[in-house]
Amino acid sequence: MANADRIAGSDVFRPNLTGRHATGRFWQTAFLGATTVGILGLILLMLNIVNNAFGLVAYADGEDYLKYSPIPVEQLATSDLVVLLTNELSTGAINKLNAEQPLDTRSRSDLLALVFERILDREVVASSTLAEAVFNRQAFEADALAKNPDARFVFKSWVTTDFLTVPMSSQALFAGVRTAILGSLMLIGLTIAIALPIGTGAAIYLQEYADKSLINRIIETNIYNLAGVPSIVYGMLGLAVFVRVLEPLTSGAMFGATDTNGRTILSAALTMALLVLPVIIVNAQEALKAVPDSLRQAAYGVGATRWQTIWHHVLPQAIPGVLTGSILAVSRAIGETAPLIVIGASTFITADPSGPFSGFTALPIQIYNWTVQPQAEFRNLAGAAILVLLVLLLTLNASAIILRNRLSARRAN
Amino acid sequence: MTQALSSLPVTDPQDRHVDWAARLRRKPRPVETVVQGLLFLCGAISILTTLGILLVLGNESLAFFTDPEVNVFEFFTGTHWQPQTGDFGVWPLVNATLMTSAIAMVVAMPLGIFAAIYLSEYAAPRAKAILKPTLEILAGIPTVVFGFFALTFITPLLRSIFGEDTVQIYNNASAGLVMGLMIVPLIASMSEDALSAVPRTLREGAYGLGATKLETTVQVVLPAALSGLVAAFIIGVSRAVGETMIVAIAAGATSQLTFNPFEAAETITGHIARISGGDLSYGSLDYTSLFALALTLFVITLGLNLVSRWLVNRFREQYD
Repeated sequence: MANADRIAGSDVFRPNLTGRHATGRFWQTAFLGATTVGILGLILLMLNIVNNAFGLVAYADGEDYLKYSPIPVEQLATSDLVVLLTNELSTGAINKLNAEQPLDTRSRSDLLALVFERILDREVVASSTLAEAVFNRQAFEADALAKNPDARFVFKSWVTTDFLTVPMSSQALFAGVRTAILGSLMLIGLTIAIALPIGTGAAIYLQEYADKSLINRIIETNIYNLAGVPSIVYGMLGLAVFVRVLEPLTSGAMFGATDTNGRTILSAALTMALLVLPVIIVNAQEALKAVPDSLRQAAYGVGATRWQTIWHHVLPQAIPGVLTGSILAVSRAIGETAPLIVIGASTFITADPSGPFSGFTALPIQIYNWTVQPQAEFRNLAGAAILVLLVLLLTLNASAIILRNRLSARRAN
Repeated sequence: MTQALSSLPVTDPQDRHVDWAARLRRKPRPVETVVQGLLFLCGAISILTTLGILLVLGNESLAFFTDPEVNVFEFFTGTHWQPQTGDFGVWPLVNATLMTSAIAMVVAMPLGIFAAIYLSEYAAPRAKAILKPTLEILAGIPTVVFGFFALTFITPLLRSIFGEDTVQIYNNASAGLVMGLMIVPLIASMSEDALSAVPRTLREGAYGLGATKLETTVQVVLPAALSGLVAAFIIGVSRAVGETMIVAIAAGATSQLTFNPFEAAETITGHIARISGGDLSYGSLDYTSLFALALTLFVITLGLNLVSRWLVNRFREQYD
């Protein structure tokens, strides 16, 4: 005790201790700083998306409205808009529009958009980000007016209901993500339908049946390694196997589909299924591991066979965990872009995907395609599409989590 | 089931040594066998996937390397990649891949490990409960969104700092930095697992000797978790090397051998994405060359993953 007092009280020791604590505090700040930088990065990323999804747009009409109507077309009655479209567009174009949805049943905003796009040739002169629109409005307006003196300005949210419900267009003002959303949803649905049963099956085999034989160890190691394979390599596998070799199957030719090639939703879903399998298997294995052994023993004890035990007792307990795995898989698959590019998702497609054998586009593909366009208005579109993608991601995650909680609550009762 | 059980005599007065267990085992159960076979097939699909990857990449690469226009030696040593003129030297692409990955790791490694140290050693449980999931959101964001961030935020930022003449619109620095941000949560979560696995007794031993918290962390906990940290680093590199969308969007589409991070240089993955996005005729050199590149990529990432797994298993400290 006396010894300890002497050391703690010695003059050599005290200043040293202060220094050591100061170093400690410095580094603690650095550690906290690193965490903050990561979170700051996330915040900047989000702000940048919002910044691009809203902004001031300068637009101008290629044709003067006076040529077609004495008053601005916005003030025309809905029936007059139909008349105007019918008069000015070619018969072929009208038939095509009517085939999608008859003109006289369309909404006013839809008709107006058609008039602006097809008749008045409305185009974007310049487009700004939200920050520009707020802090640098004068300079932006001056630039736009220098480019086109007729330019008119409107503050635009690029995410609108029209954006969600209209298909792709080469005109940024009239482009939407309808086909991309439908493509993504069908792709994800099909992917999970393929991967979930196979993944769960593989997990059950590895967890409940497999002994420590060589082949089973190889399977385990292999799944771990597959999880680390870059997604673009899966894309190459899909291109060579599903798009090319299995073309009769994936193009639907075997089932009577015509004029399609192997670059279909089915090919993409099969590729994605292989990509997300390791995620599903590993998570399902964890879920099965967490089921207490007493449950299995009890089932065996009353004479159940192994499969009866698994099907009636182990699996129901493990379902919430298995679902968590599929949430992760969905989150991964919905944002995955590289394999879709390799497989050949179309970048420009206006028809809704009609089934597993149709060509398609997907949200991330659309985002990529818009991001690499040089014009500012396409960056705005990309920003808006990213917001849609993130909301979709969030919704899927949230609904799956709620579903999981419900299931485990029901189990607990 | 009940039926089967009740049909068995419960006792056997003649012979008390009937082996009931053996009788029950021998009973054929076709459903069980079929189900087990099906489940095995599910597991085997993962093996088929690996074999498929090897077969496809190997087969098309073989077609590429045996083409009279292609020289295997030139592929591994050449410094020009211009498929139009028949130049297939892989170095410009590999160099750009290594450069973006290096930049990414320079960002991700300190940030990731520092964040892991903070979360594992310093953060109060409530702070951790907020910070950790927030950081994990980053890991869930699709990479195409990171690419968008690189091109529309980081690139303009770099250009305004270093000057528009120095920094090209497409450049490796921007792609690398954002890739680093993308990898931070991966490194942080793997490192945190490694740090948390170090037993409390080691820390308490250090405190008992009078070490400060920092000294304990740096001199006791970090060395004990070293294999985990190295494994996290390697997995991070493997992710960076295989990352496609960020480099496809932000790193540019010109393959050139440059060591200037502010210039555009196409990576292996970026090249595959750009060429395969166009219309490719099967069997053409353009097509097969992509498989040779993908094989290169596959070998690199598989090697890194195997090394990382070996490290974790080999150098895992057993405390108990």
